[in-house]
Amino acid sequence: MRINCPVCGERDRREFYYVGDAVTLERPERNADLDVWDDYLHLRDNPAGLTRDLWHHEAGCGAWLVVNRNTVTHAVSDVVLAREVAR
Amino acid sequence: MGFSGFRVLKEGLFGQKGWTPQWRNPDPKDEYDIVIIGGGGHGLSTAFYLAKEHGMTNIAVLEKGYLGGGNVGRNTTIVRANYFLPGNSEFYSHSLNLWEGMEQELNYNTMMSQRGVINLFHSDGQRDAFARRGNAMVNQGDDAVLLDVASVRKHLPYLDFENGRFPIYGGLLHRRGGTARHDAVAWGYARGADQRGVDLIQNCEVTGIDIEAGVVKGVQTMRGAIRAKKVAIVTAGRSGQVAAMAGMRLPIESHVLQAFVTEGLKPVIDHVVSFGMGHFYISQSDKGGLVFGGDLDFYASYAARGNLPMKEHVMEAAMTLMPMIGKARVLRSWGGIMDMTPDGSPIIDKTHIEGLFLDCGWCYGGFKAVPGSGYSFAHLLATGRHHTPAAGFRLDRFRDGVGLMDEEGTGAQHNLH
Amino acid sequence: MRLYDVVTVPFTFDGVTYRGVVGETLAAALIANGVKVVARSFKYHRPRGVMGSGSEEPNALVTIGRGVAAEPNVRATVQEVYGGLEAFSQNAWPSVKTDVMAVNDLVSPFLGAGFYYKTFMWPKAFWEKVYEPIIRRAAGLGGLSGKADPETYEKAFAFCDVLVIGAGPAGLMAALVAGEAGADVILAEEDYALGGRLLAEVEDIDGLPAMEWVASVEARLQAMPNVRVMTRTSVTGAYDQGTFGAFERVDRAGLKACFWRIVARRSVLCAGALERGIAFANNDRPGVMMAGAVRAYVNRWGVATGARVAVFGNTDDVARTARDLEAAGIEVVALIDAAVGERVIGTKGRHGLTSITVDRGRVVEQIEVDCLAVTGGWNPTVHLTCHMNGRPVWDDAIASFVPTPGAVPDMVTAGACHGVFHTMGCLLDGAQIAEAVVKTLGLKAKPVVLPDADATPYVITPVWSVAGKGRKWIDYQNDVHVKDIELAARENFRSVEHMKRYTTQGMAPDQGKSSNVVALAVLADVTGRGIPETGTTTFRPPFVPVPIAAMGAGGAGMGFAPQRFATSHDATVAAGAPMIEAGLWYRPSYFPNEGEKNWRQSCDREVNMVREAVGVVDVSTLGKIDIQGPDAAALLDFVYSNTFSTLKVGRARYGLMLREDGHVLDDGTTARLGENHYVMTTTTAASGLVMRHLEFVLQVLRPDLDARVISVTEQWAQFGVAGPKSRELLNGLLDQGIDELPFMGCADVTVGGVRARLFRISFSGEMAFELAVPARFGADLYGALVDRAAVLGGGPYGMEALNVLRIEKGFITHAEIHGRVTAFDIGMDRMVSLKKDCVGQAMSRRAGLLGGDRAQLVGLKPVGDVKQLSAGAHLFESDAEPVRVNGQGYITSVGFSPTLGSMLALGFLDRGRARHGEVIRMVDHMRGLDAQVEVCDPVFFDPEGGRVRG
Repeated sequence: MRINCPVCGERDRREFYYVGDAVTLERPERNADLDVWDDYLHLRDNPAGLTRDLWHHEAGCGAWLVVNRNTVTHAVSDVVLAREVAR
Repeated sequence: MGFSGFRVLKEGLFGQKGWTPQWRNPDPKDEYDIVIIGGGGHGLSTAFYLAKEHGMTNIAVLEKGYLGGGNVGRNTTIVRANYFLPGNSEFYSHSLNLWEGMEQELNYNTMMSQRGVINLFHSDGQRDAFARRGNAMVNQGDDAVLLDVASVRKHLPYLDFENGRFPIYGGLLHRRGGTARHDAVAWGYARGADQRGVDLIQNCEVTGIDIEAGVVKGVQTMRGAIRAKKVAIVTAGRSGQVAAMAGMRLPIESHVLQAFVTEGLKPVIDHVVSFGMGHFYISQSDKGGLVFGGDLDFYASYAARGNLPMKEHVMEAAMTLMPMIGKARVLRSWGGIMDMTPDGSPIIDKTHIEGLFLDCGWCYGGFKAVPGSGYSFAHLLATGRHHTPAAGFRLDRFRDGVGLMDEEGTGAQHNLH
Repeated sequence: MRLYDVVTVPFTFDGVTYRGVVGETLAAALIANGVKVVARSFKYHRPRGVMGSGSEEPNALVTIGRGVAAEPNVRATVQEVYGGLEAFSQNAWPSVKTDVMAVNDLVSPFLGAGFYYKTFMWPKAFWEKVYEPIIRRAAGLGGLSGKADPETYEKAFAFCDVLVIGAGPAGLMAALVAGEAGADVILAEEDYALGGRLLAEVEDIDGLPAMEWVASVEARLQAMPNVRVMTRTSVTGAYDQGTFGAFERVDRAGLKACFWRIVARRSVLCAGALERGIAFANNDRPGVMMAGAVRAYVNRWGVATGARVAVFGNTDDVARTARDLEAAGIEVVALIDAAVGERVIGTKGRHGLTSITVDRGRVVEQIEVDCLAVTGGWNPTVHLTCHMNGRPVWDDAIASFVPTPGAVPDMVTAGACHGVFHTMGCLLDGAQIAEAVVKTLGLKAKPVVLPDADATPYVITPVWSVAGKGRKWIDYQNDVHVKDIELAARENFRSVEHMKRYTTQGMAPDQGKSSNVVALAVLADVTGRGIPETGTTTFRPPFVPVPIAAMGAGGAGMGFAPQRFATSHDATVAAGAPMIEAGLWYRPSYFPNEGEKNWRQSCDREVNMVREAVGVVDVSTLGKIDIQGPDAAALLDFVYSNTFSTLKVGRARYGLMLREDGHVLDDGTTARLGENHYVMTTTTAASGLVMRHLEFVLQVLRPDLDARVISVTEQWAQFGVAGPKSRELLNGLLDQGIDELPFMGCADVTVGGVRARLFRISFSGEMAFELAVPARFGADLYGALVDRAAVLGGGPYGMEALNVLRIEKGFITHAEIHGRVTAFDIGMDRMVSLKKDCVGQAMSRRAGLLGGDRAQLVGLKPVGDVKQLSAGAHLFESDAEPVRVNGQGYITSVGFSPTLGSMLALGFLDRGRARHGEVIRMVDHMRGLDAQVEVCDPVFFDPEGGRVRG
């Protein structure tokens, strides 16, 4: 598997660390309802198909990336810097 | 029709003509007391125990493909009860007890072989953690022995005790653990359920779950609507998709776990052995193939196939631990889809929808749980009450933080368990 | 028998010396020497001979070499002969000719598919004790030596524009076109020679023998710097984003094999086709061979597979085979044309074919032969196209499966694996497909002049099995015959996956390469379905079996993981300290002094030394992260549960870090070096984790923060100097006095003119400092510290003493913060400041994480007769039975405190903080310990903390 890092170019999967669904970007307010936090931390759409997840180019530039990817075919359609999305 | 050595001899003399189907291919009825979605190991054992323990036989198991085609047919066949957290401990202990009586209970040789599981450790800290685990196992009534390195050497003389990157300090031996013939487990439960009147319906994909006013009414399938008083979702690997039909989101992310088998070799590895400093565990099948695995590929996937980095890691770990394995050739690799939960432990529970029940989230521990899960889930389905050994597998434990069973201690990141 | 004179070298098979040609396959050499029986079958131990001529060979698996070098399950059809080669048959005793396990064949009527699921259940205990050991001993093929594989393997990466897999006519044309268009090409060929089927056939290309054309193309390819030709290289798997695994058999220069990871922008699969057999009674006798293999032995290696050969099949290959045999002077005694209904219905000859029985409609005759060439047609080698879950589709025209286009992204197929079955078509297909492929890369193919070649259309009349009595073998390796499939169907294992799993068809070392399509056809027939609706099982990687040593190359011994050494490493080893692993690092366990008999004596001395004088310890392995920027303080406030923005410059503070799920992630001290500059320390174990976490917070959760983080663990060597004389030691060493530095203070200092950082922090409860210098000065500084400590009655101390010192003080490590622990559990819930947001704060407030019933950190000391405590022991009420339901906690850390003269333990106990003074029971079944212990505060020594403040 290879991922096209916007900073470094296409690199082998070995260079990246995976954390999970990019829903992590939308962190609730600290006083949000417990259900909201439960949803954020635990519940997942877990799609069989297109998904959007977070990877870290740990053995490369150190960028956190939002990767648009297909969980059935492993095709990677789009990779953007998490920093850009999070802003 | 009963199986026995005598029958095998008799059929041998008469050209094997007298054998009959091990299960029927019934058409679905309009209505059942319980519809079980998923004809894998857990679904089939649930059906079996509903019939056997609770006398419920107006039951259908709906399978989108072929019986036993999910993870029960693509795992590394390991059976063990070496968990240490309350909740898991009693459940896997109960499951192991069922394993020990399975062949007679099912009249099917599932080749349960208690060869012993040895988890190796490589530091003082790991030794203490395994001691805690071993003590929990003994407290539960199961078996565990903490081996020093000399004892490990006696059991596993082929390990590299001299040159390995991480020296072997010892191991935790669980004698009652071992392996079983995975497909036979599915087939044995299928045959047993069928004999008791359960309808096993293959090639019958569920496309919708009918719910009215918060109460489940039945399912829509490729073969038409089926009414049901209760619906049980037992579709590990696809739990999220099926639960979504009932409008639910689950605390589950699906991941691929690879496994490997080598060409057949003369007996060389007697136990189930796991490495403590990398992702690698191994056993040898009765056919002689070395069956081994490692860890998730670590990215969400439904592809049921993996990539090279984990394959290579697993084999590098094999080489540092037991370099005698080098000339064994990997014949086949495959992947299963794992329901990964935020604490690495499963879910057997009711849902907020009346009559809708869940059995999912087995991470990569589902095979050894097949009998226990079916038994406990059948209990819940039949009585409405949680079966004591599985009472900890609640859906709401994540929200409330009560009774989390995080054996790995890695926290709420689904792929780290 | 050889057809012409050749130069030979000796080799042995089962101890008998034969002669073979260097480089030919072992199978060719064995046939040339008249060796008929080369193996025994897996289940019934039937005598088997060479069947094919490639990696798909089902029968001729042998062991090469002896002792630790013995390599089991080698295909004799792939192994190249060299002088002195030693080969051995497998799975037979006492010999491959007279194998006692052949008794299985006599009782085979009772051993049908799946018989073992129906018996061996009584008596219950007999499975493990009796039945299974017998089955296991009988099973398996070759054996491992049990000793480390002594040979060298390696792994490598390669990158290309176009990977061409297979160098037959299609692959050669594809590589040529792509190469000449300027693409970076890798041509991977499994055989040791290029040419594919052309190596084995008698054909002309442009009026010359085909191999002359092959040689000319090879020369052109080799002349192109952008083309890399890899022979003996099997592409084993197709993976995501154009990644392929490939296994290269090297066997030279001390290197056994190489496993390649090839990344290709495009790939062209030209893997050819595999011949299939026909199921007829006793079709597994040595001497029954694939027709294509017979031609390969005759045409390529000059070896006759028999003196009287019959040919049975359903395509023009029957005539082609007869033609080639006759041209070689071999007598062809019969042609049995299955296309017109002629059948072979039986064979004779246990250790070598002696006759066949032929049914030509009205006439049934027995014909004496010593070889029968069989063809049931060809199956495109679709395997790689299935590796990403593609399913091949049925093509009636060739009565076989062809690849689904696009099954592997950016891969196209050409030639026989594309269903094109004559040379002209393959050349054309290879050229055209390569042209299209290079176009997608923005390159332009040069015009190609296609050579003229054989274009005889492929005509097949499907024939799968022959009616009648007897066992008609389908899967030779797993001994599956037609009746097994019939039995599976009878028992309702009608799904193709069920049939496979029940009969084990296709699960042997050849993975069904020669048997799958025939098995499907037979299953389709007995279940009354067509082949397409019956479906196929899945081909999975690897295409050919790959040694674990190859895919795991580099992992053996110390190669498995990097080793990290602190700057004090050499001095520490020289001092005789046993080194232990700490993650990837090595740290000293203890420093043995003369006269000390065991580690405990050294450890006790080192603890006393720190408590009474001064000790030196290398703490460089702890993670160090430099944090700078206007929002550095805000970042720390967000990642630590407690507050760091209020920390004064020149001071350090203990920090507790939570995971977002409210459990403890890590702890450590962080010092403020300047208004916008902090340096954080992490535990050794969590340094990478914390670094990643900080980047995550900065880039994902709080991109609004203007701060930067960088790991400086490698850049600074850092040493702890602990004990009442620590200040005295440093005052004598540093360029400035440090009397003014308060507890939890930090300062820039110099040592011998070198800039250094000094922190007054303690992990021992003594007055202590940590001194950090740029790593290049680490070794020198360590030496100076140890020397000066010695003068003051101190010295270095190791991890054992460090652990005792921290237990005496109740300081936690990852033994306590093991991932399931909350701030509440360790008595630090007040450190979770609610005045600000931080990672983990919200979820740490969950009811289940704050409950009074949770196990809480306590100290424990023995009060009964048993003085020994152990980590991993469980805790119970003093008179309770040690069973799960009575469990109340567990011990995490223990050590003998020479200071207090007792074992001490830290652990977690239900409601423990309210139970100080209570006597409870500690049970460790693993170590046979059962002790009465008193619950106490985890801080055993100097609870007021007077010593640390000096």
